[in-house]
Amino acid sequence: MAKLSFPRFVASTLRKFSPRNGVEYTFAFTGFIIIAVFIFMALFASIIAPYDPNKIGVGELYESPNFKFLMGTDGFGRDILSRIFYGSRTVLLITLLSMALSSLCGVLLGLLSGYVGGKFDTVLSLVMDSLYALPGLILAIALAVMLGQGIIPVTVSLTVVYIPIYFRMIRGEVLSLKENLFIEAARAIGAKDKTIIFKYIFPNVIPSLPIVLSLNAADAVLTLAALSFLGLGLPADIPDWGVDLRMGYGELTSKIWWTGTFPGLMIVLLTLGFSLFGEGLTEILNPRLARR
Amino acid sequence: MAEELLRTEDLKVYYYTQDGIVRAVENVNFSIKKRETIGVVGESGSGKSTLGLAILKLVPPPGKIVNGKMFFQGIELTKLNEKEMQKIRGKKISMVFQDPTTSLNPLMKIGEHLTETILVHEKVTRDEACERALKLLEDVGILRERFNDYPHQFSGGMRQRVGIALALALKPDLVIADEPTSSLDVIVQFQILELMKSLKKLYDMSLILITHDISIVSEIADKIALMYAGHLVEIAEVAAFFEEPLHPYAEALLHSVPNIQLSDQKLEYIPGMPPDLINPPRGCRFHPRCSYVKEICREKEPPLIQAKPEHFVKCFNYVK
Repeated sequence: MAKLSFPRFVASTLRKFSPRNGVEYTFAFTGFIIIAVFIFMALFASIIAPYDPNKIGVGELYESPNFKFLMGTDGFGRDILSRIFYGSRTVLLITLLSMALSSLCGVLLGLLSGYVGGKFDTVLSLVMDSLYALPGLILAIALAVMLGQGIIPVTVSLTVVYIPIYFRMIRGEVLSLKENLFIEAARAIGAKDKTIIFKYIFPNVIPSLPIVLSLNAADAVLTLAALSFLGLGLPADIPDWGVDLRMGYGELTSKIWWTGTFPGLMIVLLTLGFSLFGEGLTEILNPRLARR
Repeated sequence: MAEELLRTEDLKVYYYTQDGIVRAVENVNFSIKKRETIGVVGESGSGKSTLGLAILKLVPPPGKIVNGKMFFQGIELTKLNEKEMQKIRGKKISMVFQDPTTSLNPLMKIGEHLTETILVHEKVTRDEACERALKLLEDVGILRERFNDYPHQFSGGMRQRVGIALALALKPDLVIADEPTSSLDVIVQFQILELMKSLKKLYDMSLILITHDISIVSEIADKIALMYAGHLVEIAEVAAFFEEPLHPYAEALLHSVPNIQLSDQKLEYIPGMPPDLINPPRGCRFHPRCSYVKEICREKEPPLIQAKPEHFVKCFNYVK
């Protein structure tokens, strides 16, 4: 294969995402850009934020958007733009952390359950299915109430909510993979169970993971926002879009639109980014699905 | 006389399905000597594949070895637990599978398949394992350059060569080949059979070749073991078998093989159907289709008796 120079590599990558190659590339690319922007905001919040997000009275109360405060100020005179930057840090941290944890647990349990089978599988599937049967938000609320406020409790409750999704998907794939002749062949050459799970089964289930991860992340952003909106999420000193949205929501009727609109918009945008990325990936990785 | 490698005694394998118990292998007695090739022949569903899997104790659930003993080099396989069996599989007894397209992990390079197999069983460095893997590839006729290719980059015949290399990786004493050539075309079939013949000599091993193609057996095997509906009905030297089959099923079977020299010969067939293994016929399982049937055949299962030297048959017609 000819080696590509870097500029040509960039050019050819960009060309891939032109709508002519199919809308799925544009979807995935747009989603990727949105996520990248939010990650940038989160990483460099302390540099790009003009003010301290928690400092009361950096401006007047309820200043409408102007050049000094691009998104206005809220009822405590805090800068909304800075709160949004720092909020993206909170939101991304919790979503990504809970996605990592839930996929780790879900995948491991799914592999084990599908491979071992028998009573272990029956019991675990029963537990997971009953968790899955509850609407995600209701379950998250119940867990958040039990665990209390703070970043760790919220992360844990989101993790628990999403474990069954990974579990069910992976278990299903393992069940069908297990019937493959190459698993039997591996056994016939004396491979141990551990080897079979991690060398023969796991690599074959990886391809379906990024899609579910991305779509679940979109869902998790919404669930997290809902938790904070209900006041069950994070304590007041951690900037968070859901908390700000709740405050702004009460002020809408008094013609103060900016306090609620901007945090809400961020929630929508990040969710959209994750969904576009996930949907695009689904169709790119699954061409049979794309061109029906 | 060469020493005995594997012996089964009254081996019984049943599948406990929802419709009933499938008696796939019943009272099978046979043995294989060192450096011997036995061709296990039978129609679909006669239990020949199950027999192969049973030797490795890999009968998939709901199947179970319900009775009988298996001795391998004096070790009683039927008494070993799963951990001990894992040390036998691949190292002492290994298997070549029917469908080479699905018997390799699609995400593992073929070189990795081989090195992994060696590393699982033997305490060697990765480099040594690689070296041996390359040697194996050479032995089965695959270029060294293809070490880092994935299974999908190979044709069916080449993949079967990889499958054979895998089975030979640890120099086992016994290889069970379950229809190794059934999914290949005739030319490739011939090449693979020739390869197995020469490798058998090179690696000094015994071979159990499971097939439904009786012509393959005459080509490669020393002995033939004929299965019918879960029973092993006849076991003999290949030449003796084709010369003078003893069991009525074997006789009828050979009559239904077309002969190239008699062009307008009418092909004979065996009337009736192979029995349902959930409710097999009482007594001899072949009796409803047998033209020599006697009263006792309907009542009692015939024993496997030695009718001639090295020629065993499971039929009352030879009981004196």
